[in-house]
Formats: sequence, structure tokens, C-alpha cells
Amino acid sequence: MSWETVIGLEIHAQLATRSKIFSGASTAYGAEPNTQACAVDLGYPGVLPVLNAEAVRLAVRFGLAIGATVAGRSVFARKNYFYPDLPKGYQISQYELPIVLGGNIHIVLDDGTEKDIAVTRAHLEEDAGKSVHENFDGESGIDLNRAGTPLLEIVSEPEMSSAAEAVAYMRTVHQLVRYLGICDGNMQEGSFRCDANVSVRPAGEQQLGTRTELKNLNSFRFVERAINYEIERQIDVLEDGGSVVQETRLYDSDRHETRPMRSKEEANDYRYFPDPDLLPVVIEKEYIETERAKLPELPEARRQRFIHSLGLGVEDASLLTGSRATADYYEALIASVGGEYKLAANWVNGELAAALNRDGIGIADAAGSPERLAGLLVRIIDGTISGKIAKEVFEAIWQGEGEADDIIEARGLRQISDTGKLEKIVAAVLADNPDQVEQYRSGKHKVLGFLVGQVMKATGGKANPGQVNQLLKQKL
Amino acid sequence: MALYPTDVRQIAHLARLEVSDDEIADYVDKLSQIIDLVDQLQQVDTGGVVPMAHPLDMSQRLRADEVSEENQRELFQRNASAVTDGLYRVPKVID
Repeated sequence: MSWETVIGLEIHAQLATRSKIFSGASTAYGAEPNTQACAVDLGYPGVLPVLNAEAVRLAVRFGLAIGATVAGRSVFARKNYFYPDLPKGYQISQYELPIVLGGNIHIVLDDGTEKDIAVTRAHLEEDAGKSVHENFDGESGIDLNRAGTPLLEIVSEPEMSSAAEAVAYMRTVHQLVRYLGICDGNMQEGSFRCDANVSVRPAGEQQLGTRTELKNLNSFRFVERAINYEIERQIDVLEDGGSVVQETRLYDSDRHETRPMRSKEEANDYRYFPDPDLLPVVIEKEYIETERAKLPELPEARRQRFIHSLGLGVEDASLLTGSRATADYYEALIASVGGEYKLAANWVNGELAAALNRDGIGIADAAGSPERLAGLLVRIIDGTISGKIAKEVFEAIWQGEGEADDIIEARGLRQISDTGKLEKIVAAVLADNPDQVEQYRSGKHKVLGFLVGQVMKATGGKANPGQVNQLLKQKL
Repeated sequence: MALYPTDVRQIAHLARLEVSDDEIADYVDKLSQIIDLVDQLQQVDTGGVVPMAHPLDMSQRLRADEVSEENQRELFQRNASAVTDGLYRVPKVID
């Protein structure tokens, strides 16, 4: 029998606020345990939550960016369960009336297939603390610094039909939240996390199969692997005549398997009710329009513009718009290279990307500012240096040696354009290689490449290869 | 009767309340009366009425995104039964 897969994702994005969603404690990552957990975060009696305006603004920004409806009135609710990293015994979340409703994420798969994935909703909630299980001999250690960090939970419709689509969706949302500056997207630090709801059904069947929820998917690779593992597992169960149990499963990346979570299995009855400590959140139309006007150009629109207005290929355009910082860098660069968009794209996606990758730094920290790189490209365009020499100059810029022009002068890298000088070198090369000259003259024209190489070598790469070619042919 | 003893046991467990076997019947009875009252209320036609999220007819005030709390770990942890290296210690929870 052939099977089809249905996947929906719940993404948790920590919002980039300075303070927590309901308290004035810091959200900075990596502090000493429990030094950023105040009385509100700890759930002390008598404290009251006060909503952070910036968390609301960032949620609105996301809603507008995906074409969703921003609710004029949304309500916080208590989600009740017991777990040591949740001091109050409930998480403040949104249930029936979330802040963002609907919207779409446009995904592009590696094979070029495009698809729109509908977003059901996105709601504001508070993050929980963290448990540490090592070195506590039968106990757990609890750090509540993360408790109360604002989260936007983005819930998709079950519209993805493969692990590849799920990963493409997750990557697109990841790119978008960073573009919007609403989340730093740091997956190692848990700023951007994902749960996946996975089910299978016989191909063509309308009714959904029983789903399982996969937790702990903190990298794109794990999302793909965990979903693929789970699809196989469910198909095996069904083909053996069994039935899938609706449960929460944890992905174990060391063993590459999913297994049922025990502790939360009976906690699915969360008994939500409106939080009496918080009033409905009212968002005025004018506020929404002000935020709409402040949206940057979104990645997909920018990608399309790079393809259609600048004439770049799909791959170049996708790479350049992968992050807002890269796209901004590229646009600053092309401002001064006179229409050589493709050359500029090659350099950003080639040499620059390789150097950033090698040194493990982001484009914003690159030593070669767009203006500096432009200074280099201009010298390639006007023929002062060859593409090969340009790589050497780039490396020098990267090492912080200054402007391209200064480096070219200081190192004497200017191309030899003086025909007289070049003619002498060509003559010398021909005199030194009589055998090859003979071969060429007897019709073996392939040997020209060798002679060009010899001239380039003699000039230290500073000759214009086109000019050398021409001169050699004349002399031969 | 709106509730069964199994419902009461389940609700008590979710709320981490200990209810002994001889108390169950009493809770079933009293909680059922509350549910019956709600059933009665549900007969009222509320079409066109916006559900009330809060008895105060006001909207939520927002605070500026500023860090205003200092580290008071030592003070708060005086209230904890067990602490090691700044972490609260609790019976093991693992998934």
C-alpha cells in the first residue's frame, strides 16, 4: 500500500525583547542560574503580571508580514499543568483569542517547487524554565532565568506532506523572524524551536490518521531526521495491523529514534481559562497601520526583485536574500559597481561567503565592508587587475590591509598593459620554449595554453590573459 | 447527575489534590450541583453577546520594555527547601 504523510508544525520563537513578557527581569542569555528570575517569574504569591509593549509590537509585526489578521482584541489564558520548571502551575498563553490569525508562508523546496503553507494562528505566551539532570543524584536542578521570556508560538495548518517541506517551512519562518528583527533565531540557545505533528494515511484517503507530536527538534537536521523516522515507524505499525497511539514523543538525536514521553502523557487536559490577572489586549487600527508602514521589504519580495530587476539567477538571488544582512550588504555593494550585478553576486556568494564561513563570522562583522569590496570590483571591471589577482587583493582586504587601490599599488599588482614590455616577455618565452613553438606551428594549437601560462608566470600573474593570447598568436 | 467518581478522581489528580475514597461521594455531589447550575445558565440565549474575558470593562495596560528587576537570588532562595550552585533542587523529572 502507498502512504501519504501529513505534517503540521508549531514553532516557538523567543521574541527579542530586553525584559520578560510579564516582568522587568532581563532576558539576556547565559546568566548565572536564577539571577534573572524575579518574584513574578517565580510565581510568588501576590505578584501581578504586566504586559510588555514590545512583545505585543513584535507579534503584530509578524502577523502583518505573513498577511494575517491582527486581532483587535486578544485574551490571555492560563494553561494548567504541573512541572518543576513552571513555578505558578500554569503557563500564561493565549487560547481562544490569539493575537494573530491566519496568514501564509511561501516556501521554495530545493528542487525549485513552490508552495504556500497556511498559518492557523500565532499567539503570545511565556517560556518555562530549564531542568538540569546531570550531577544531581536522583534529583533535578531548576534554572528559572528563561521563565517568562516572551514566545510567539506559530502554528501551521497540517499542510506539509514531507520532511523536506517541513524543513523548508521552518527555514522560511526562521529567515523571516530574523529579517523582521523579532527573534535572533539562535537555535543552539533555544531561541527558535519546533514541535512537529505527524500522521500518515493511505494515499487518497480524506480522513487524517492518528497523529503523534514530536518534541525537542532544535535543528533543521533533527526536524528532517525525526520526521522521517516517525513516518517509517507509523507505517510499520499500520502495516503490521496495529494502530498509532496519539502521544507526545521525544526525538533522541544520539540514538536517532523517537520514543514516548512519560511525564506529560496525562497532562493533555490543560483546563484553559481566561487569566483574571490580565485584561484583554486591545490593538487599535492606527497602531496596526503604523507598524505596517515600518515593515522592511520581505525576503520573498526581495528575492523576486533580485531575479526580475537585477537579472540574477534563482540560486544567486536565494543565497543573497538568505539573511537580511547579506541582502543589505549586496545592495550597498551594487550601488557602486555600475550594473555589474552578476559579478557582485559572484563575489558575495563566492569569495566573501567562503571567507565568512572559514572564519565563522557573520557578514555584519566582515572586515571587507561593501564599500571596500566595491573598490576591488571596480578595478576588475576597469581592467586594472585580473580576477585571479583580485582574489589576492581580497585576501589582503580581509586581513585588514586597507583599500583595494592602496593594496594594488603597494604590492605592484597592476596589470601590465604596456604592450612593449609584454612583447619582450612574450619573445623571451618563445625563445625559451622552441619545442612548443614548433608543435604549435605544426598544427597542435592546444599548446598555446601552455605558452600563455608561461607568460603569466613570468609576469607574476599581472598580464591581461586576453592580451597575452593575442600577442602570442601574432608572434607565432 | 453530571459527574462520576472517576471524573472527580481525574480532576483531583490534574490539580494534584489528594482526595480520599470516603470524600469522593461528597465531592461528586457538590461539584455536580455546580455543573447543573452551569447547565441551567446555558439555557439563556446569549446569541450576539460577546463573551466576557474579564469583569472590568477595560483593556490591558502595557509597560515599556525595560529591565527594572535586579538579581535577588539570595533573598528568593532563602525560601527554597534545597539549592545547589544557584539551582533549585527538586525530585528528579526526566523524559
